[in-house]
Amino acid sequence: MAFKQITSPHAHAAQNTSKVMQLVLWATVPGLAALTIQFGWGSLINVVLAVVTAVACEAAILKLRKRPVAFYLQDYSAVVTAVLLGLALPPLAAWWVVVVGSMFSIIIAKQLYGGLGYNPFNPAMVGYVVLLISFPIQMTTWITPLSLLPDGVSHPGIIESLGIVFSGYSPADGVTGATPLDVFKHSSGLVVDQIYESNPLFSQAAFAGVGWEWVNLGFLAGGIVLLATRIFTWHGPVAMLAAIAMMSLLFWDGGSSESPGSPLMHLFSGASMMGAFFILTDPVSSAVSNRGRLIYGALIGVLVYIIRAWGNYPDAVAFAVLIANFAAPFIDNYTLPRTYGHTDRRRATEKEED
Amino acid sequence: MRSTWVTPGGVHPPENKHQSLTMPIGSLPIPEKLLVPLSQHIGAPAKACVKVGAKVLKGQKIAEATGAVSVPMHAPTSGTVTAIEDRPIAHSSGMSAPCIEITSDGKDTWIDHKGVADFEHASPQALTKTIADAGIAGMGGAGFPSAIKLSPGHRRPINTLIINATECEPYITADDSAIRERAAEIITGIGILSHILGNPVNILIGIEDNKPEAIAALEPHVADTGISVVSFPTKYPSGGEKQLIYILTGKELPSGQLPADAGMVCINIGTTYAIKRAVVNGEPLISRVTTMTGNACGINRNYETLIGTPVSHMLAHSEFNEHACSRLVMGGPMMGFSLTSAEVPIVKTTNCILAPSYSEIPDDEPAQACIRCGMCAEACPASLLPQQLFWYSQAEDHDRLEAHNLFDCIECGACSYVCPSNIPLVQYYRHSKGEILKAREEKVKSDHARERFEFHQQRMEQAEKDKEAKRAARREAAEKAKATVAANAGTAKEGTGPAPGSAADIIAAAQARAAAKQVSPEEQQAKFERSIAGAEMRVQMATDKLVETNAKQTEDQKNILNAALEGAKQKLEQAQARLAEHVKKHSEQVK
Ligand code: SF4
Ligand code: SF4
Repeated sequence: MAFKQITSPHAHAAQNTSKVMQLVLWATVPGLAALTIQFGWGSLINVVLAVVTAVACEAAILKLRKRPVAFYLQDYSAVVTAVLLGLALPPLAAWWVVVVGSMFSIIIAKQLYGGLGYNPFNPAMVGYVVLLISFPIQMTTWITPLSLLPDGVSHPGIIESLGIVFSGYSPADGVTGATPLDVFKHSSGLVVDQIYESNPLFSQAAFAGVGWEWVNLGFLAGGIVLLATRIFTWHGPVAMLAAIAMMSLLFWDGGSSESPGSPLMHLFSGASMMGAFFILTDPVSSAVSNRGRLIYGALIGVLVYIIRAWGNYPDAVAFAVLIANFAAPFIDNYTLPRTYGHTDRRRATEKEED
Repeated sequence: MRSTWVTPGGVHPPENKHQSLTMPIGSLPIPEKLLVPLSQHIGAPAKACVKVGAKVLKGQKIAEATGAVSVPMHAPTSGTVTAIEDRPIAHSSGMSAPCIEITSDGKDTWIDHKGVADFEHASPQALTKTIADAGIAGMGGAGFPSAIKLSPGHRRPINTLIINATECEPYITADDSAIRERAAEIITGIGILSHILGNPVNILIGIEDNKPEAIAALEPHVADTGISVVSFPTKYPSGGEKQLIYILTGKELPSGQLPADAGMVCINIGTTYAIKRAVVNGEPLISRVTTMTGNACGINRNYETLIGTPVSHMLAHSEFNEHACSRLVMGGPMMGFSLTSAEVPIVKTTNCILAPSYSEIPDDEPAQACIRCGMCAEACPASLLPQQLFWYSQAEDHDRLEAHNLFDCIECGACSYVCPSNIPLVQYYRHSKGEILKAREEKVKSDHARERFEFHQQRMEQAEKDKEAKRAARREAAEKAKATVAANAGTAKEGTGPAPGSAADIIAAAQARAAAKQVSPEEQQAKFERSIAGAEMRVQMATDKLVETNAKQTEDQKNILNAALEGAKQKLEQAQARLAEHVKKHSEQVK
């Protein structure tokens, strides 16, 4: 009788990377649904377009690198990157914007660094920032939320949307508009209460900003599911959201004309929730230990707020995440957990304990 | 209820313990041939003390312990020694090692043996010796000689005795079933341990709460004994020594220390039973409870198995279906190692033979990339960062590995268990540990070699220096002598020549120049000096002779000698005068 030699452990949990990625994809559904309801078909088209491009690019590069294409595509990581990018892009963006962004994410930000697990930067955010810098107009044109559309105007239907995306004619007047963060960026001179009264984005909102509050709630719901299934730990997301809340409380300034906005507005606007649960939780490019992820998350939160409040861009999750990606190895160096039987934490470069 | 502490990390693999608990502990027919490896424990292998062809009785010593950390081996049944040679043994690398083969005579005749019933009156030393002679080594897995654990030395009084009944690995029920059926004897065994260790204040039986029957079996026997049965939530790996100590006491064993350093002794519960049998019944360790389980076997149960029983014998009596079996594992599914052959024997540490079907434990899926998800870090009971260890292990960055405390990894496999990318992490760690140890050894070796070389070099240099010093000393002496002579010359010409000191200086300077240039004035001077030295010698000789003759010779002879002395003195004066003149002239030239 001869038997195979296999190293321990022999038992394995049922979890595998493809399943993890698929679960992340499912968790984006509430957010995507909210985006579609509030802003029309654009986000869905973005997502599909991005996924097709990303998978094609991934397959092509794997082939070039002489790797088993099917085996690596199975991990669904390209799909996750593409979906996140598609969700982040403005609905009804021109098709080439989406395609260029996805190609950049997969080819440059992921595969050139060695593929899954080796990319130091979040691929989706690299793609996003490249687009934001290259095509600022396209990237800052948002759709007006459903309930604020002028009478008699509605979001373009699916066919019309496809037409807009692929042939590039602009949507009807009144369909595009400012986001809550835009409003605060360009509202010098008004105190917060005045903004809230004068702008329907706020006056008709339940608690943060019309449309956006629902989108953020959607991503929050998906994130909670992922937390509950232990796909990631709470440290990063909670640290980021807490940091945003703290910063906006600190600089709330009693709602004066200098105030960059309330904590609730910041938490439920722009890409806050999506960033907290779907972007900074990208494990590959984040800090490693739980303590490290607390610092990493907090850093992103603070950066997001700083750029929103005093920077040139209304939203800042992508920039903040990329900057924190840079800092991750440094954070790791100082945040090793204390090992059983050791009195002190070490630095990653110290061989001896002092 | 005593409080317990919660370790970080850990996993909950399916327990799969019920399959082997449906029947009581059984026994197998005596196999025709038994194979007793000489090394079944940590430490030096035992040395065979029987010859091929010898008749042995059950329980007879067949191999002696060698050295301090070692245990003897005993014949598991009566029969004949038919071979003493290398055979494949159960080892993760599938290696061969020296074994004693015993062909059973089927009679199973015991050697005369006798125990001590009232062990309370025996000295701890005598009891420890009995345990050592019975060949008892930790039966929970590592196989550390138990007698050594029980002799912690006077510097380290033991205040806590921990009995490990955790059995946290899935599938294994050897300890569980032994406790259910042999609780009284186990408690006696613990009593012996307590007596040997001077009655520690705390005696704790640590057991996971998934063994309620075992706990219930122990409870009546521990009443009024001071022994506490402490149960705690089931989690793998609670049975690691370090983990169990933390769970029961809330104390962490400092890295690199033994439990005894912290006043604790940790003994597996199966071992306490063997200790009871050794002390009270006088039986050496020749059998143990081993779980036979897995879906590739029709019968799943525990057997009281003779040490040396081939695994194939066990399988043959358990309705084993080779084609259904995905792998054969000795030990549990988390830390056990796969066997390539079923001919290897059961040893003192074998708590389980697992023969799973393909649906139970399928072949490993190919590893995917590490996505750094951190699930491994969440599962690690030692609070390591397995993903970083993996990364640096691939990069063979030994410094970083040590900085990340690779050597605190207990190889429990919890990280690989949860890894969604199916990365065989533990395999990487074992490999890296091996590499680092090898590198360390090589460093020690090369350090030795370097030291030897440096020492040799130093000796050579020293010898050279000594020689040089001798040469220098000789040279200096010669120069001093010359200088003295020159000074004398100066004195002789006092008033006309330069002052003695300066004369000597000048001579020295001239000599230096002479050495450098070898020009005639210098040579001349050297010649003068030589003649002065000769004259001086002659004067001295004449003076000596004169002193001699003064005592006993005639006046005539004295006169002759006086004349000779006078002549010699004159010659000396002449020579000195010539030298002084030469020096003066020469020094003027130099000016
Ligand atoms: S569990 Fe596996 S994939 Fe996840 S970080 Fe650890 S090693 Fe990497
Ligand atoms: S095998 Fe080592 S690194 Fe992995 S979980 Fe166990 S102790 Fe931690």
